[in-house]
Amino acid sequence: MKKQNPIIGIVFWSLVSFLTLFPIYWLFVISVKPVVQLFSTPELILTDPYWGNYAKVWGDRLLRSYMLNSVIISTGNAVLCTILGFFACYALSRFKMSGKESIFFWTITNRMAPPAVFLLPLFLLMTQVYAVGEWNLLDTRIGMILVYCTFNLPFAIWTLRPTLDGIPKELDEAAYVDGASSWKVITEVVFPLCRPGLAVTLILTWVFAWNEYLLAATLTNFNARTLTTGLSEYVTTTGTEWGVMATISVFTLIPALIVFGLVQKHIVAGLTFGAVKG
Amino acid sequence: MQSKRLGWILLAPTLVILFFFGVLPFFYVVFVSFHSWNPFAVNPEMVFNGADNFRQIVFDPAFLHSIGVTVMFVFFAVVSELILGYILAQAFMRDFPGKAIFRTIHTLPLIMAPIIVGSVWKLMTTPSIGIIPHYLDEWFGITMNIGTSAPAAFATIVLMDVWHWTPLVTLTLIAALVSLPPDPFEQAQIDGAGKRQIFWHITLPMIAPAVVATVFIRLMDALRTVDEVWMLTGGGPGSATRFVGVHIFKEVFPKTNYGYGSTISVIVLYLTIVSCWLLYVTMLAPRTKRD
Repeated sequence: MKKQNPIIGIVFWSLVSFLTLFPIYWLFVISVKPVVQLFSTPELILTDPYWGNYAKVWGDRLLRSYMLNSVIISTGNAVLCTILGFFACYALSRFKMSGKESIFFWTITNRMAPPAVFLLPLFLLMTQVYAVGEWNLLDTRIGMILVYCTFNLPFAIWTLRPTLDGIPKELDEAAYVDGASSWKVITEVVFPLCRPGLAVTLILTWVFAWNEYLLAATLTNFNARTLTTGLSEYVTTTGTEWGVMATISVFTLIPALIVFGLVQKHIVAGLTFGAVKG
Repeated sequence: MQSKRLGWILLAPTLVILFFFGVLPFFYVVFVSFHSWNPFAVNPEMVFNGADNFRQIVFDPAFLHSIGVTVMFVFFAVVSELILGYILAQAFMRDFPGKAIFRTIHTLPLIMAPIIVGSVWKLMTTPSIGIIPHYLDEWFGITMNIGTSAPAAFATIVLMDVWHWTPLVTLTLIAALVSLPPDPFEQAQIDGAGKRQIFWHITLPMIAPAVVATVFIRLMDALRTVDEVWMLTGGGPGSATRFVGVHIFKEVFPKTNYGYGSTISVIVLYLTIVSCWLLYVTMLAPRTKRD
């Protein structure tokens, strides 16, 4: 490969990074401005930050409970989807079952549904059908964990399938010959080998669940409301509280950032739906 | 060979959950799509009207328009993302100081919630407070108002999508480029092939599955996008950015045409599944052949 002038590279990457980072930077800038300054001439460089919005958001007990809900729902959902997806992929990759490829494709069709119109059936099902006496699934964390499976479980299955297909069947067979039970083979032989794939799936499903908005906005009122819905509550008819909104956005972004940073390195292989054999 | 029963047991929880939260609501939507229904009206009764909704949809200019803008949006966004993503992926194939940091920076937009992306772009482009219209006006004398100008709104949405999703394309293409064997390239260079020839005849065919996979994911998600667009333009001005996802949303919530909204959903879901299935069967499945 030809030697390139390093200056060009630096300029190129600085430009790309600037364009990538600017909206995020701007979000932060808006979050540290008092309302009156928002409408004056925009300043590119931050001077004299105002932390009032942060105090306001952090001091809001409601928002803190939303944040807790978000953590519980996305973690519960990501763990559930990754484990169930792993089991499903093990079945799909190891057994000769009739119609399994159709099942595989069918799972992803659950992710394709236009969300708006499915809100009402889900609402009705959760209030009337999935209910025991007074108790029903609406506005519960467990309900949201299950609802999020409709888009995260197919995703988990599609990202884990290549990982499982990549593990030689001879390994399972050898373990069976040694007298291990099916459960032991799955949990103690295959599961540890899938760890990188599982980690990527766990994180991505977590981020998707964390970021979901439409379903959470409709299927929760109070008890299971998430942080993203808190955001929209500041867009009101009397005017939008831009600063507070930006602050909540920053609060929503930080956990996702931390979680994502943990698996940055492994993520490349996990995003290709098996189109790449690497 | 292990018993098939175990296979079904392992698959069962997935099938059960997807049945109760995916299939049942879907059947309900199909059922409603044959009715005229406004559940929020004074008289929320479902009236069976046969295939009327389906007949109406074929001649519905608003729906056809939304399909049109969606196709345009998907085309412009995905093509720009592929080109930009490829350039960036190639650039990441070289070694340079600070590569890891730049890659992390470049991946950041991916983890942002669509609704936040929508609000950030709204903050940047809303005429009274946005920085982009402000400087466009101050430096170039261009007036940009996404609230009134259809091309500006459409372009902003495409730009937002490119900003949000190019990193995904870059990552997918990096994965593909990394796994390419070096031999064909060395051979081609020995045979005196030019850069362009190498790209068209070797690189592109070899990364085609990854490109198709990316298009598959983006197509699937772009067809159901609501959050970002709703936040940024609400489908406007007029119907310039009224993509199918937004169109259904508007039909169901502000207009409360639940029956008709369901019909549109069924049709859109059908179109999505068919196009994704075709992509999958013709391009993806044969290359990842499983025995």
